[in-house]
Amino acid sequence: MPTPILTPSSLHSGRHTTTLSQSTNTTSNQKPTMASTGLVLLDFWVSPFGQRVRIALAEKNLAYEYVEEDLLAGKSDRLLQSNPVHKKIPVLLHGDKPVNESLIIVQYLDEAFPETPSLLPSDPYARAQARFWADYVDKKVYDCGSRLWKLKGEPQQQARAEMAEILKTLEAELGEKEFFGGDHGFGFVDAALAPFTAWFPSYERYGEFKVAEVAPGIAAWTKRVGERGSVAKSLYAPDKVYDFIGVLKKKYGIE
Amino acid sequence: MLPQKEAQSIQLSLQSKNTEWTTMAGEGDLKLLGLLVSPFAVRVRMALSMKGVSYEYIEQDVFNKGELLIKYNPVHKKVPVLIHNGKPICESLAILEYIDDIWGATGPSILPADPYERAIARFWANYIDDKMFPSWIGLLKAETEEEKAEKVNQTLAVLMHLEDAFAKCSNGKAFFGGDSVGYLDLALGCNLFWFEALRELFGVAFIDEGRTPLLASWAERFGEADAVKEMVPSVDKAMAHAKKFRAFFAAAK
Repeated sequence: MPTPILTPSSLHSGRHTTTLSQSTNTTSNQKPTMASTGLVLLDFWVSPFGQRVRIALAEKNLAYEYVEEDLLAGKSDRLLQSNPVHKKIPVLLHGDKPVNESLIIVQYLDEAFPETPSLLPSDPYARAQARFWADYVDKKVYDCGSRLWKLKGEPQQQARAEMAEILKTLEAELGEKEFFGGDHGFGFVDAALAPFTAWFPSYERYGEFKVAEVAPGIAAWTKRVGERGSVAKSLYAPDKVYDFIGVLKKKYGIE
Repeated sequence: MLPQKEAQSIQLSLQSKNTEWTTMAGEGDLKLLGLLVSPFAVRVRMALSMKGVSYEYIEQDVFNKGELLIKYNPVHKKVPVLIHNGKPICESLAILEYIDDIWGATGPSILPADPYERAIARFWANYIDDKMFPSWIGLLKAETEEEKAEKVNQTLAVLMHLEDAFAKCSNGKAFFGGDSVGYLDLALGCNLFWFEALRELFGVAFIDEGRTPLLASWAERFGEADAVKEMVPSVDKAMAHAKKFRAFFAAAK
Protein backbone atom coordinates (compact mmCIF):
# COMPACT_ATOMS: atom_id res chain seq x y z
CA MET A 1 0.00 0.00 0.00
CA PRO A 2 1.64 3.27 -1.01
CA THR A 3 1.82 5.81 1.78
CA PRO A 4 -0.47 8.72 0.93
CA ILE A 5 1.21 12.07 1.02
CA LEU A 6 -0.53 14.33 3.48
CA THR A 7 -1.83 17.56 2.02
CA PRO A 8 -3.71 20.42 3.65
CA SER A 9 -7.27 19.10 3.60
CA SER A 10 -8.76 22.42 2.56
CA LEU A 11 -6.66 22.37 -0.57
CA HIS A 12 -6.92 18.68 -1.34
CA SER A 13 -9.78 19.12 -3.78
CA GLY A 14 -7.76 21.69 -5.63
CA ARG A 15 -5.08 19.26 -6.73
CA HIS A 16 -5.32 18.49 -10.38
CA THR A 17 -4.35 14.88 -9.96
CA THR A 18 -4.87 12.14 -7.40
CA THR A 19 -2.39 11.87 -4.58
CA LEU A 20 -1.95 8.17 -5.06
CA SER A 21 -0.65 8.30 -8.62
CA GLN A 22 2.83 6.87 -8.73
CA SER A 23 5.78 7.45 -10.97
CA THR A 24 6.44 4.85 -13.65
CA ASN A 25 9.09 3.08 -11.56
CA THR A 26 8.14 -0.59 -11.69
CA THR A 27 11.25 -2.14 -10.19
CA SER A 28 10.09 -2.81 -6.68
CA ASN A 29 6.80 -3.36 -4.88
CA GLN A 30 8.51 -3.19 -1.53
CA LYS A 31 8.27 0.49 -0.72
CA PRO A 32 10.17 1.44 2.45
CA THR A 33 7.76 2.31 5.21
CA MET A 34 7.79 5.65 6.96
CA ALA A 35 9.45 4.07 9.97
CA SER A 36 12.39 2.78 7.96
CA THR A 37 13.29 5.93 6.02
CA GLY A 38 12.83 8.28 8.98
CA LEU A 39 12.21 11.14 6.58
CA VAL A 40 10.12 14.15 7.49
CA LEU A 41 9.61 17.10 5.13
CA LEU A 42 8.70 20.52 6.52
CA ASP A 43 7.13 22.27 3.58
CA PHE A 44 4.54 24.74 2.30
CA TRP A 45 2.04 23.50 -0.23
CA VAL A 46 2.71 25.93 -3.09
CA SER A 47 6.45 26.38 -2.60
CA PRO A 48 8.32 25.49 -5.79
CA PHE A 49 11.40 24.83 -3.65
CA GLY A 50 9.54 22.34 -1.48
CA GLN A 51 8.07 20.74 -4.58
CA ARG A 52 11.55 19.98 -5.90
CA VAL A 53 12.07 17.80 -2.85
CA ARG A 54 8.66 16.17 -3.20
CA ILE A 55 9.47 15.39 -6.83
CA ALA A 56 12.82 13.87 -5.87
CA LEU A 57 11.25 11.76 -3.11
CA ALA A 58 8.61 10.53 -5.56
CA GLU A 59 11.20 9.74 -8.25
CA LYS A 60 13.04 7.71 -5.64
CA ASN A 61 9.89 6.06 -4.27
CA LEU A 62 10.87 7.11 -0.77
CA ALA A 63 8.15 7.36 1.85
CA TYR A 64 8.17 10.35 4.16
CA GLU A 65 5.98 12.31 6.51
CA TYR A 66 4.81 15.57 4.97
CA VAL A 67 4.35 18.39 7.45
CA GLU A 68 2.63 21.54 6.26
CA GLU A 69 4.06 24.70 7.76
CA ASP A 70 1.43 27.40 7.58
CA LEU A 71 3.88 30.15 6.70
CA LEU A 72 1.21 32.83 6.46
CA ALA A 73 0.34 32.20 10.11
CA GLY A 74 3.89 31.98 11.46
CA LYS A 75 6.79 29.58 11.76
CA SER A 76 6.76 26.52 13.99
CA ASP A 77 9.39 25.93 16.68
CA ARG A 78 10.50 22.84 14.83
CA LEU A 79 11.13 24.86 11.67
CA LEU A 80 13.00 27.59 13.54
CA GLN A 81 15.16 25.02 15.31
CA SER A 82 15.82 23.02 12.16
CA ASN A 83 16.74 26.00 10.02
CA PRO A 84 17.82 28.77 12.39
CA VAL A 85 19.91 30.55 9.76
CA HIS A 86 17.28 31.03 7.05
CA LYS A 87 14.05 30.03 8.86
CA LYS A 88 12.71 28.71 5.55
CA ILE A 89 11.15 25.61 4.12
CA PRO A 90 11.80 23.10 2.74
CA VAL A 91 13.60 21.33 5.54
CA LEU A 92 14.26 17.63 5.30
CA LEU A 93 14.67 15.88 8.63
CA HIS A 94 16.45 12.55 8.39
CA GLY A 95 16.07 11.10 11.82
CA ASP A 96 16.81 14.19 13.85
CA LYS A 97 19.26 15.70 11.35
CA PRO A 98 18.02 18.67 9.32
CA VAL A 99 19.07 19.27 5.73
CA ASN A 100 18.26 22.71 4.30
CA GLU A 101 18.12 24.32 0.84
CA SER A 102 16.13 22.46 -1.79
CA LEU A 103 18.94 21.62 -4.22
CA ILE A 104 21.18 20.52 -1.37
CA ILE A 105 18.37 18.30 -0.09
CA VAL A 106 17.97 16.70 -3.53
CA GLN A 107 21.71 15.97 -3.72
CA TYR A 108 21.59 14.59 -0.19
CA LEU A 109 18.80 12.21 -1.19
CA ASP A 110 20.93 10.99 -4.11
CA GLU A 111 23.88 10.35 -1.81
CA ALA A 112 22.07 9.02 1.26
CA PHE A 113 19.89 6.66 -0.79
CA PRO A 114 22.28 5.49 -3.53
CA GLU A 115 20.13 2.45 -4.24
CA THR A 116 17.35 4.73 -5.55
CA PRO A 117 17.21 6.32 -9.04
CA SER A 118 19.53 9.33 -8.96
CA LEU A 119 18.71 12.80 -10.16
CA LEU A 120 22.28 13.85 -10.80
CA PRO A 121 24.02 11.93 -13.60
CA SER A 122 27.14 9.90 -12.86
CA ASP A 123 29.49 11.54 -15.36
CA PRO A 124 31.50 14.34 -13.70
CA TYR A 125 31.15 16.80 -16.59
CA ALA A 126 27.41 16.18 -16.88
CA ARG A 127 27.15 16.65 -13.10
CA ALA A 128 28.95 19.98 -13.32
CA GLN A 129 26.59 21.10 -16.09
CA ALA A 130 23.56 19.99 -14.06
CA ARG A 131 24.79 21.95 -11.04
CA PHE A 132 25.41 25.02 -13.21
CA TRP A 133 21.94 24.98 -14.74
CA ALA A 134 20.11 24.23 -11.50
CA ASP A 135 21.98 27.16 -9.99
CA TYR A 136 20.92 29.30 -12.98
CA VAL A 137 17.26 28.40 -12.35
CA ASP A 138 17.76 29.29 -8.67
CA LYS A 139 19.37 32.63 -9.40
CA LYS A 140 16.90 33.75 -12.05
CA VAL A 141 13.43 32.28 -12.29
CA TYR A 142 11.72 32.97 -8.94
CA ASP A 143 13.21 36.41 -8.53
CA CYS A 144 12.33 37.62 -12.01
CA GLY A 145 8.89 36.01 -11.81
CA SER A 146 8.20 37.76 -8.52
CA ARG A 147 9.02 41.10 -10.07
CA LEU A 148 6.44 40.40 -12.76
CA TRP A 149 3.60 40.24 -10.24
CA LYS A 150 4.96 42.74 -7.74
CA LEU A 151 5.83 45.62 -10.05
CA LYS A 152 4.15 47.77 -12.64
CA GLY A 153 5.12 50.06 -15.52
CA GLU A 154 8.75 50.24 -16.59
CA PRO A 155 10.19 47.87 -13.95
CA GLN A 156 7.58 45.28 -14.89
CA GLN A 157 8.46 45.65 -18.59
CA GLN A 158 12.07 45.09 -17.64
CA ALA A 159 11.14 41.95 -15.72
CA ARG A 160 9.16 40.70 -18.73
CA ALA A 161 12.16 41.22 -21.01
CA GLU A 162 14.40 39.42 -18.53
CA MET A 163 11.97 36.52 -18.22
CA ALA A 164 11.95 36.16 -22.00
CA GLU A 165 15.74 36.01 -21.97
CA ILE A 166 15.77 33.46 -19.15
CA LEU A 167 13.28 31.23 -20.97
CA LYS A 168 15.18 31.50 -24.24
CA THR A 169 18.47 30.66 -22.48
CA LEU A 170 16.90 27.60 -20.89
CA GLU A 171 15.39 26.63 -24.24
CA ALA A 172 18.81 26.78 -25.88
CA GLU A 173 20.27 24.56 -23.15
CA LEU A 174 17.42 22.06 -23.53
CA GLY A 175 17.90 21.93 -27.29
CA GLU A 176 16.52 18.73 -28.81
CA LYS A 177 16.62 16.78 -25.55
CA GLU A 178 13.47 15.33 -24.04
CA PHE A 179 14.61 16.43 -20.59
CA PHE A 180 17.46 18.64 -19.37
CA GLY A 181 19.02 15.45 -18.02
CA GLY A 182 19.68 14.29 -21.59
CA ASP A 183 20.92 10.70 -21.71
CA HIS A 184 20.32 10.40 -17.99
CA GLY A 185 16.62 11.11 -18.50
CA PHE A 186 14.58 13.24 -16.11
CA GLY A 187 17.17 14.73 -13.80
CA PHE A 188 18.39 17.39 -11.43
CA VAL A 189 17.72 20.41 -13.64
CA ASP A 190 14.29 19.10 -14.62
CA ALA A 191 13.38 18.72 -10.93
CA ALA A 192 14.77 22.20 -10.24
CA LEU A 193 12.67 23.88 -12.93
CA ALA A 194 9.52 21.74 -13.03
CA PRO A 195 7.75 23.37 -10.06
CA PHE A 196 7.92 26.75 -11.78
CA THR A 197 5.75 25.42 -14.61
CA ALA A 198 2.77 25.89 -12.27
CA TRP A 199 3.81 29.57 -12.00
CA PHE A 200 4.26 30.12 -15.75
CA PRO A 201 0.56 30.83 -16.38
CA SER A 202 0.65 33.48 -13.62
CA TYR A 203 3.82 34.98 -15.08
CA GLU A 204 2.09 34.99 -18.47
CA ARG A 205 -0.96 36.76 -17.10
CA TYR A 206 0.98 39.41 -15.23
CA GLY A 207 3.66 39.82 -17.86
CA GLU A 208 1.32 39.63 -20.85
CA PHE A 209 3.35 37.16 -22.82
CA LYS A 210 3.12 33.49 -23.75
CA VAL A 211 5.84 30.94 -22.95
CA ALA A 212 4.79 29.10 -26.12
CA GLU A 213 5.65 32.14 -28.20
CA VAL A 214 8.80 33.21 -26.40
CA ALA A 215 10.29 29.73 -25.89
CA PRO A 216 8.25 26.98 -27.58
CA GLY A 217 10.83 24.38 -26.57
CA ILE A 218 10.19 25.17 -22.91
CA ALA A 219 6.43 25.05 -23.47
CA ALA A 220 6.80 21.57 -24.97
CA TRP A 221 9.07 20.48 -22.10
CA THR A 222 6.48 21.85 -19.65
CA LYS A 223 3.89 19.53 -21.13
CA ARG A 224 6.17 16.48 -21.02
CA VAL A 225 7.27 17.16 -17.49
CA GLY A 226 3.69 17.71 -16.37
CA GLU A 227 2.83 14.20 -17.50
CA ARG A 228 5.47 12.67 -15.30
CA GLY A 229 3.97 11.08 -12.18
CA SER A 230 6.34 12.62 -9.66
CA VAL A 231 5.68 16.10 -11.01
CA ALA A 232 1.93 15.71 -11.49
CA LYS A 233 1.43 14.70 -7.89
CA SER A 234 3.69 17.35 -6.42
CA LEU A 235 2.39 20.45 -8.15
CA TYR A 236 -0.84 22.35 -7.59
CA ALA A 237 -2.98 23.65 -10.43
CA PRO A 238 -1.82 26.97 -11.92
CA ASP A 239 -5.04 28.73 -10.90
CA LYS A 240 -4.34 27.80 -7.29
CA VAL A 241 -0.92 29.42 -7.68
CA TYR A 242 -2.55 32.50 -9.21
CA ASP A 243 -4.94 32.73 -6.24
CA PHE A 244 -2.02 32.36 -3.86
CA ILE A 245 -0.21 35.25 -5.54
CA GLY A 246 -3.38 37.28 -4.97
CA VAL A 247 -3.22 36.41 -1.28
CA LEU A 248 0.44 37.46 -1.12
CA LYS A 249 -0.25 40.75 -2.85
CA LYS A 250 -2.98 41.55 -0.33
CA LYS A 251 -0.69 40.60 2.52
CA TYR A 252 2.11 42.85 1.27
CA GLY A 253 -0.26 45.63 0.30
CA ILE A 254 0.60 45.43 -3.38
CA GLU A 255 -2.02 46.73 -5.78
CA MET B 1 26.83 24.64 -25.54
CA LEU B 2 27.99 21.49 -27.23
CA PRO B 3 25.85 19.80 -29.87
CA GLN B 4 24.29 16.59 -28.60
CA LYS B 5 26.43 14.20 -30.64
CA GLU B 6 29.70 15.79 -29.62
CA ALA B 7 28.63 15.83 -25.99
CA GLN B 8 27.75 12.14 -26.20
CA SER B 9 31.05 11.11 -27.71
CA ILE B 10 32.95 13.13 -25.12
CA GLN B 11 30.88 11.54 -22.38
CA LEU B 12 31.76 8.06 -23.64
CA SER B 13 35.44 8.85 -23.93
CA LEU B 14 35.35 10.38 -20.44
CA GLN B 15 33.91 7.22 -18.99
CA SER B 16 36.52 5.01 -20.60
CA LYS B 17 39.37 7.35 -19.80
CA ASN B 18 38.41 8.12 -16.22
CA THR B 19 41.02 5.83 -14.71
CA GLU B 20 43.70 7.25 -16.99
CA TRP B 21 42.94 10.72 -15.84
CA THR B 22 42.96 9.97 -12.18
CA THR B 23 46.43 8.43 -12.30
CA MET B 24 47.98 10.95 -14.63
CA ALA B 25 47.23 14.15 -12.75
CA GLY B 26 47.75 17.09 -15.01
CA GLU B 27 47.12 15.14 -18.21
CA GLY B 28 44.40 16.44 -20.42
CA ASP B 29 44.36 20.04 -21.55
CA LEU B 30 43.46 22.18 -18.55
CA LYS B 31 43.05 25.94 -18.52
CA LEU B 32 41.68 28.31 -15.93
CA LEU B 33 40.25 31.71 -16.74
CA GLY B 34 40.60 33.70 -13.56
CA LEU B 35 41.22 36.98 -11.81
CA LEU B 36 44.11 37.10 -9.37
CA VAL B 37 42.07 38.74 -6.64
CA SER B 38 38.74 36.98 -7.19
CA PRO B 39 38.03 34.80 -4.16
CA PHE B 40 36.05 32.49 -6.45
CA ALA B 41 39.03 31.99 -8.73
CA VAL B 42 41.40 31.69 -5.77
CA ARG B 43 39.38 28.84 -4.27
CA VAL B 44 39.61 26.91 -7.55
CA ARG B 45 43.37 27.47 -7.72
CA MET B 46 43.67 26.22 -4.17
CA ALA B 47 41.71 23.07 -5.05
CA LEU B 48 43.88 22.40 -8.11
CA SER B 49 46.96 22.94 -5.95
CA MET B 50 45.66 20.44 -3.39
CA LYS B 51 45.33 17.86 -6.15
CA GLY B 52 48.74 18.68 -7.60
CA VAL B 53 47.21 19.31 -11.00
CA SER B 54 48.93 21.55 -13.54
CA TYR B 55 47.07 23.93 -15.79
CA GLU B 56 47.44 27.04 -17.88
CA TYR B 57 46.27 30.11 -16.00
CA ILE B 58 44.85 32.95 -18.07
CA GLU B 59 44.22 36.21 -16.24
CA GLN B 60 41.07 38.02 -17.32
CA ASP B 61 40.25 41.71 -17.44
CA VAL B 62 36.86 41.71 -15.77
CA PHE B 63 36.33 45.39 -16.58
CA ASN B 64 36.87 44.74 -20.26
CA LYS B 65 35.76 41.18 -20.91
CA GLY B 66 37.63 39.31 -23.59
CA GLU B 67 36.53 36.78 -26.19
CA LEU B 68 37.64 33.72 -24.24
CA LEU B 69 35.53 34.60 -21.23
CA ILE B 70 32.48 35.41 -23.31
CA LYS B 71 32.93 32.24 -25.35
CA TYR B 72 33.34 29.88 -22.41
CA ASN B 73 30.88 31.51 -20.02
CA PRO B 74 28.29 33.11 -22.28
CA VAL B 75 25.57 32.97 -19.62
CA HIS B 76 27.31 34.86 -16.80
CA LYS B 77 30.56 36.10 -18.40
CA LYS B 78 32.31 35.66 -15.06
CA VAL B 79 35.43 34.06 -13.68
CA PRO B 80 36.46 31.46 -12.78
CA VAL B 81 35.98 29.16 -15.76
CA LEU B 82 37.79 25.84 -15.84
CA ILE B 83 38.29 24.55 -19.36
CA HIS B 84 39.04 20.82 -19.48
CA ASN B 85 39.83 19.46 -22.93
CA GLY B 86 38.02 22.39 -24.45
CA LYS B 87 34.89 22.02 -22.32
CA PRO B 88 34.01 24.74 -19.84
CA ILE B 89 32.90 24.30 -16.26
CA CYS B 90 31.51 27.45 -14.62
CA GLU B 91 30.49 28.43 -11.07
CA SER B 92 33.31 27.94 -8.57
CA LEU B 93 31.48 25.55 -6.24
CA ALA B 94 30.48 23.34 -9.19
CA ILE B 95 34.12 23.48 -10.30
CA LEU B 96 35.33 22.33 -6.87
CA GLU B 97 32.98 19.33 -7.02
CA TYR B 98 34.14 18.60 -10.58
CA ILE B 99 37.79 18.67 -9.51
CA ASP B 100 37.00 16.28 -6.66
CA ASP B 101 35.09 13.97 -9.04
CA ILE B 102 37.71 13.91 -11.81
CA TRP B 103 40.79 13.69 -9.57
CA GLY B 104 39.10 11.58 -6.91
CA ALA B 105 42.05 9.22 -6.58
CA THR B 106 44.65 11.99 -6.50
CA GLY B 107 45.60 13.98 -3.43
CA PRO B 108 43.29 14.64 -0.50
CA SER B 109 39.49 14.65 -0.90
CA ILE B 110 37.97 18.08 -1.11
CA LEU B 111 34.44 17.19 -0.01
CA PRO B 112 33.76 15.02 3.04
CA ALA B 113 32.77 11.41 2.41
CA ASP B 114 29.64 11.26 4.55
CA PRO B 115 26.43 12.40 2.76
CA TYR B 116 25.19 14.43 5.72
CA GLU B 117 28.53 16.16 6.18
CA ARG B 118 28.54 16.94 2.46
CA ALA B 119 25.08 18.50 2.78
CA ILE B 120 26.27 20.65 5.69
CA ALA B 121 29.42 21.71 3.83
CA ARG B 122 27.38 22.64 0.75
CA PHE B 123 24.90 24.55 2.88
CA TRP B 124 27.58 26.74 4.45
CA ALA B 125 29.47 27.23 1.18
CA ASN B 126 26.27 28.50 -0.42
CA TYR B 127 25.66 30.69 2.60
CA ILE B 128 29.11 32.21 2.22
CA ASP B 129 28.50 32.97 -1.45
CA ASP B 130 24.86 34.10 -1.11
CA LYS B 131 25.13 36.11 2.11
CA MET B 132 28.70 36.89 3.05
CA PHE B 133 30.08 37.89 -0.34
CA PRO B 134 27.28 40.35 -1.19
CA SER B 135 27.73 41.96 2.24
CA TRP B 136 31.42 42.70 1.95
CA ILE B 137 31.25 43.54 -1.75
CA GLY B 138 28.39 45.84 -0.76
CA LEU B 139 30.80 47.57 1.57
CA LEU B 140 33.10 48.32 -1.38
CA LYS B 141 30.16 49.69 -3.32
CA ALA B 142 28.69 51.72 -0.46
CA GLU B 143 28.57 55.45 -0.96
CA THR B 144 27.22 56.81 2.31
CA GLU B 145 28.47 56.21 5.86
CA GLU B 146 25.07 54.76 6.61
CA GLU B 147 25.34 52.19 3.83
CA LYS B 148 28.85 51.29 4.94
CA ALA B 149 27.73 50.74 8.51
CA GLU B 150 24.86 48.57 7.31
CA LYS B 151 27.17 46.38 5.24
CA VAL B 152 29.70 46.10 8.04
CA ASN B 153 26.98 44.95 10.42
CA GLN B 154 25.61 42.48 7.90
CA THR B 155 29.05 40.97 7.36
CA LEU B 156 29.71 40.74 11.08
CA ALA B 157 26.35 39.00 11.63
CA VAL B 158 27.14 36.47 8.93
CA LEU B 159 30.50 35.73 10.49
CA MET B 160 28.86 35.01 13.84
CA HIS B 161 26.86 32.26 12.11
CA LEU B 162 30.06 30.97 10.52
CA GLU B 163 31.75 30.93 13.94
CA ASP B 164 28.95 28.59 15.09
CA ALA B 165 29.31 26.59 11.91
CA PHE B 166 33.00 26.10 12.58
CA ALA B 167 32.32 24.79 16.06
CA LYS B 168 29.84 22.25 14.67
CA CYS B 169 31.70 21.21 11.51
CA SER B 170 35.23 20.96 12.84
CA ASN B 171 34.33 18.78 15.82
CA GLY B 172 37.31 20.06 17.72
CA LYS B 173 39.67 19.62 14.78
CA ALA B 174 41.84 22.14 12.98
CA PHE B 175 39.69 22.83 9.91
CA PHE B 176 36.04 22.82 8.79
CA GLY B 177 37.01 19.69 6.89
CA GLY B 178 38.60 18.02 9.92
CA ASP B 179 42.35 17.39 10.10
CA SER B 180 43.05 18.97 6.76
CA VAL B 181 41.73 21.70 4.46
CA GLY B 182 38.47 20.81 2.70
CA TYR B 183 35.63 22.26 0.66
CA LEU B 184 34.27 24.60 3.29
CA ASP B 185 37.75 25.79 4.31
CA LEU B 186 38.34 26.73 0.68
CA ALA B 187 34.92 28.38 0.38
CA LEU B 188 35.62 30.71 3.29
CA GLY B 189 39.41 30.83 3.23
CA CYS B 190 39.58 32.37 -0.23
CA ASN B 191 37.98 35.51 1.25
CA LEU B 192 40.55 36.03 4.02
CA PHE B 193 42.97 38.19 2.05
CA TRP B 194 40.04 40.47 1.25
CA PHE B 195 39.23 40.79 4.94
CA GLU B 196 42.80 42.03 5.42
CA ALA B 197 42.33 44.55 2.61
CA LEU B 198 39.00 45.70 4.05
CA ARG B 199 40.65 46.18 7.43
CA GLU B 200 43.18 48.51 5.77
CA LEU B 201 40.47 50.33 3.84
CA PHE B 202 37.73 50.63 6.45
CA GLY B 203 39.40 49.91 9.78
CA VAL B 204 37.11 46.99 10.59
CA ALA B 205 38.29 43.48 11.48
CA PHE B 206 35.66 41.01 10.34
CA ILE B 207 37.40 38.08 11.95
CA ASP B 208 38.91 38.85 15.30
CA GLU B 209 39.92 37.04 18.47
CA GLY B 210 37.34 38.79 20.57
CA ARG B 211 34.24 38.27 18.47
CA THR B 212 35.10 35.13 16.48
CA PRO B 213 37.91 33.36 18.34
CA LEU B 214 37.46 30.00 16.58
CA LEU B 215 37.56 31.58 13.13
CA ALA B 216 40.53 33.72 14.14
CA SER B 217 42.67 30.72 15.03
CA TRP B 218 41.33 28.78 12.03
CA ALA B 219 42.31 31.69 9.76
CA GLU B 220 45.89 31.51 11.04
CA ARG B 221 46.08 27.77 10.40
CA PHE B 222 44.52 28.19 6.96
CA GLY B 223 47.03 30.87 6.09
CA GLU B 224 49.87 28.49 6.90
CA ALA B 225 48.51 25.45 5.04
CA ASP B 226 51.00 24.45 2.35
CA ALA B 227 48.46 23.46 -0.23
CA VAL B 228 46.83 26.85 -0.33
CA LYS B 229 49.16 29.61 0.72
CA GLU B 230 50.81 30.20 -2.63
CA MET B 231 47.48 30.96 -4.22
CA VAL B 232 46.71 33.85 -1.89
CA PRO B 233 47.41 37.19 -3.57
CA SER B 234 48.93 40.09 -1.65
CA VAL B 235 46.71 42.48 0.23
CA ASP B 236 48.15 45.31 -1.91
CA LYS B 237 46.78 43.71 -5.04
CA ALA B 238 43.34 43.44 -3.46
CA MET B 239 43.44 47.08 -2.44
CA ALA B 240 44.51 48.16 -5.92
CA HIS B 241 41.63 46.19 -7.37
CA ALA B 242 39.22 47.71 -4.85
CA LYS B 243 40.08 51.16 -6.20
CA LYS B 244 39.44 50.05 -9.79
CA PHE B 245 36.23 48.33 -8.77
CA ARG B 246 34.82 51.40 -7.01
CA ALA B 247 35.67 53.58 -9.99
CA PHE B 248 34.14 51.11 -12.42
CA PHE B 249 31.03 50.71 -10.32
CA ALA B 250 30.60 54.46 -9.87
CA ALA B 251 31.02 55.09 -13.60
CA ALA B 252 28.47 52.41 -14.43
CA LYS B 253 25.76 54.16 -12.42
